[in-house]
Amino acid sequence: MITAGIDVGAKTIKVVIVKDNKVVARAINPTGFEPLVTAEKTMDEAAKQAGISRKDINKVYATGAGRKSIPFADHNVTEVTADAKGTNYLLPSVRTIVDIGAEEARGIATDAAGKVVDFAKNDKCAAGAGAFVESMSRALEVTVPQMIEISHKSTKEAPINATCAVFAESEVVSLIHTKIDKADIANAVHDAIASRVCSMVRRIPIEKDVVLIGGVANNSAIVAVMKKHLGVEVGVPENPEFVGALGAALLAAA
Amino acid sequence: MTTEFYRWTENTWRSPDIDWHKAETLVAGIDVGSVSSQAVILADDKIYAFCNTRTGSNSPDSAKKALSIALNGTDIKPENIQYFVGTGYGRVNIPMAKKAITEIACHARGANYMGGPAIKTILDMGGQDLKGIHCDEKGKVTQFLMNDKCAAGTGRGMEVMAELLQVPIVDVGKMSLEVKEEPEPVSSTCVIFAKSEAIGLLRGGWTKNMVLAAYCAAMAHRVVGLLQRIGIEKEFVITGGIAKNIGVVSRIEKELNIKAMPLQPDPQIAGGLGAALFARDLFLKSKKAA
Amino acid sequence: MFGWLLRKLAITTNYIANYGYTDGSGDWYIVVDSDKCDGCGKCVEACPRNVLEVITDDYDDLVVAIRKEHHKNVKYVCAPCKPTSGPRDVKCQQACPTSAITHSW
Repeated sequence: MITAGIDVGAKTIKVVIVKDNKVVARAINPTGFEPLVTAEKTMDEAAKQAGISRKDINKVYATGAGRKSIPFADHNVTEVTADAKGTNYLLPSVRTIVDIGAEEARGIATDAAGKVVDFAKNDKCAAGAGAFVESMSRALEVTVPQMIEISHKSTKEAPINATCAVFAESEVVSLIHTKIDKADIANAVHDAIASRVCSMVRRIPIEKDVVLIGGVANNSAIVAVMKKHLGVEVGVPENPEFVGALGAALLAAA
Repeated sequence: MTTEFYRWTENTWRSPDIDWHKAETLVAGIDVGSVSSQAVILADDKIYAFCNTRTGSNSPDSAKKALSIALNGTDIKPENIQYFVGTGYGRVNIPMAKKAITEIACHARGANYMGGPAIKTILDMGGQDLKGIHCDEKGKVTQFLMNDKCAAGTGRGMEVMAELLQVPIVDVGKMSLEVKEEPEPVSSTCVIFAKSEAIGLLRGGWTKNMVLAAYCAAMAHRVVGLLQRIGIEKEFVITGGIAKNIGVVSRIEKELNIKAMPLQPDPQIAGGLGAALFARDLFLKSKKAA
Repeated sequence: MFGWLLRKLAITTNYIANYGYTDGSGDWYIVVDSDKCDGCGKCVEACPRNVLEVITDDYDDLVVAIRKEHHKNVKYVCAPCKPTSGPRDVKCQQACPTSAITHSW
């Protein structure tokens, strides 16, 4: 059986194709201003990668912020359900999932079977999401990869008091003027986001193993700071931004 | 030269007819906010001069700058001023202030002075915070609520929009009212998401005026939500920089179905004015004790 | 300076203070009624997270307030007593003899 999962996020659309319980394709594109066009394009790319045609796909499940606006989806599932399914497939020992996307972050507690027992989320606010990182990278006048790199080299703590990304941007600009090392500012930014996310996660029971998924999990500086704040090991699966789409594809095959 | 669209008008005023030499008391209030700073000089119980300027990178310098601009062209020297009170988020760092008083208490006093004893509800839309204040006929606070966590509804939020749309912030209000019909308000609460939403709207064919209208409507809605937590009783006034944005003010009035009483000489000086009034009280008390 | 005199004459200002914030997820405020609060400090001791402190306000009265570092964290820092689901055990409210302190959620 061949199924596809499509995760329509605020910033990117991800597609995963699963055949006989194995991943055979992954494709990702920026959502842009015409999500439907991007969705079709990404599905085509994934199908091509898998060496099949779209017609060969038996079922498509959609997830993500735009999950209800995909006309070719047979069904849609919440991000929480999809994340739990995808993570359990990849790492069955996981009990706590933290998903940080571009505009939302969520914490999910699961049982041994991968079923969701509790969840919390941080939506509508950029302070705990990828949009904050990008906004600050612009204020620091570096790219996001550069920001991650220099953050690891930080030696001192820099003060960022604002919780809002818009206010933090003004703070960062002032800090740059006071000649504080950009590496320390970058680290402070990552620390601020991690702290926001961890506050949210602490509303659910935190049990080992803990993983970070979503696009921001590719940010090694965030992973490092999350470990520090939570006080536990935090793992990151390969291709963390695809876990939602993977979960949707697996649910379509169930 | 690139235009800085976020630049609102800095202004200074001096009384043409008061002779400060004849005054019994000469005091000052300094309000250092996160975006703007004001200095207000009182000769007896009249406003002698004030200045409204952008806050710099540190509070002490911003306080000194606001004071020196206010005194510019007068023959008053800082030493002539008998008592300083500081307020605003930078109030603990105002070097010449003898006392620091919260901006909540100062705003209530300043609004009461400018608008009179009938004022009961004050909405302050600051650079980086929103305050809802209830006061009595003497300008004493009876309830307050302050939100400084989130940029939605604050001056910074408006500056972000003005920059994005490349519109001078002083024109935003007027332009937002020049639309054929009132569009749907922007749906995102977060300014950062609202920015992306605005870009999408522009691409979808919306004009700048329509986007501004949608954003002003969202801001008004947000602010009304905050106010409803403490209730609105007439008379109602708006202080802070956004009080000068007719696009936001008119939409707040429409949603509340209450007209905001305009404040003279400048709604942005409420904090500094209140601080100056406290300064006068404290100076007179200390003279009596002496 | 005249605080002691004001307190002796019981000239108090009564106001309701809302400490906290509103963001996309809702309204999160701790509400203190200064009319009912006399600054006894029992709630400060009872709070397991050190959220509260007694201050002298602008009108020279003793009253309880939230510590500045927690203004923007109220939703999370109060979570142990007020979890989103499960039984609530709000220690500061229980400790207060005059019901001066309440939460907006």
